[in-house]
Amino acid sequence: MNYPDLIDDFKQKKRGALARVITLVDNEEDEGIEFLKENYEKRKDSFRIGITGPPGVGKSSLVNHLLERFAKKYENVGVIAIDPSSPFTGGALLGDRLRMQKSYEFENVFIRSIASRGSLGGLSTSTENISQVMESFGMDVILIETVGVGQSELDIMEITDIVIVVLVPESGDSIQAMKAGLMEIGDIFVVNKSDRDGADRAVEFIKSSLSFKKNIKNNETPVIKTSASNEDNIDSLFLAIEDRMKFLNDSDELKMKREQRREREVKDILRDLFIKSIDKLIKNMENVNASPYEKAKKILEKTGFNFTEDLWKKR
Amino acid sequence: MEKKIRVLVAKPGLDGHDRGAKVIAASLTDAGMEVIYTGLHQTPEKIVRTAIEEDVDVIGLSVLSGAHMSIFPKVMELLKKEKKTDILLTGGGIIPAEDMEELQKLGVGRLFGPGTQSKDVAEYIIEWHKNRK
Repeated sequence: MNYPDLIDDFKQKKRGALARVITLVDNEEDEGIEFLKENYEKRKDSFRIGITGPPGVGKSSLVNHLLERFAKKYENVGVIAIDPSSPFTGGALLGDRLRMQKSYEFENVFIRSIASRGSLGGLSTSTENISQVMESFGMDVILIETVGVGQSELDIMEITDIVIVVLVPESGDSIQAMKAGLMEIGDIFVVNKSDRDGADRAVEFIKSSLSFKKNIKNNETPVIKTSASNEDNIDSLFLAIEDRMKFLNDSDELKMKREQRREREVKDILRDLFIKSIDKLIKNMENVNASPYEKAKKILEKTGFNFTEDLWKKR
Repeated sequence: MEKKIRVLVAKPGLDGHDRGAKVIAASLTDAGMEVIYTGLHQTPEKIVRTAIEEDVDVIGLSVLSGAHMSIFPKVMELLKKEKKTDILLTGGGIIPAEDMEELQKLGVGRLFGPGTQSKDVAEYIIEWHKNRK
């Protein structure tokens, strides 16, 4: 199918067209980048909800129940489920859908499994762009499930409006060690598999470690016990998400978050382009033994970039 | 970014023997593909919907129940209906040679029976992908 036909189908909201555009964007093909450029301004921000947490805590199963509730309330729901790529073979086994069988009951749910392709922050580098494609398609809500390798999955905070951190009763002891990472990014905490022993203790652990959290933006951070396999208390979680959505909508915070996101996107692109374009200059420096600062200054002068001396002195 | 071959591995119908499907999914992953595994009891409708959403190049079905003569044609028919005949439909299981032949006449790709080496499946898919269009 050629690109103009694809775009026609996309505008008519054909799922196959959405899927193909996502592929183009995921592969960073020219047409994919073209699509993003053309459609950025026209798209409407979706509510983006991130689901993160260590492996095996039940993230996909929770998404399965949540997507049902979102599908009943909103017109269009997107899911991006990320699994790790092998650094050795480049292959990936994408199994999140296995737990999301409820999606087949709803025509307005679209799930896409994505491989992390070498990215380390729990997402793929394409996740932001794929979210934008889904926004152009008209998704009201996008659920983004991270890889789930643990501590360092902080990227999710930057591309979503709400972050849900999922833990299990056995997480209790390790929460102490987690304080510096995962525990700081959650807007809502879930203790899943709470039909098992120790759930209440885990909730207490989480609450006490959250009480140290700085810059608490509003009231208390909700900590919710669920059991995805028994479908217990999922409605409370859904309510907590909706409360948070309402709070963000009514305050300036959502606007601020999205503005920061836009700024960061520009910086990311600039950084990427700049590094790529100066690679050769660095390799061809005359004085190989000059200090890195000297070299950097030379390159900036060569590129004609107008930096202020003040900025330089801070270096 | 390098393009990856995306494969949907699914188990249609009612039989619960998913070891073979899992082994194939793992070996295709080892061959560098992105494999979507959807688990047991998938209907042809679910399989085709997943294939479209995931924009896969290949669908691999594992059928051990003897229902291959109804499942493969049904998936093929749905793919035609969705104008997705550029997707390779392949698979394996307990399928007699004469049934394999008949299914291939309908446009199904190569089918693999007992005793297949998993690398043969990966090689077949990689070769097919190279020669495509």
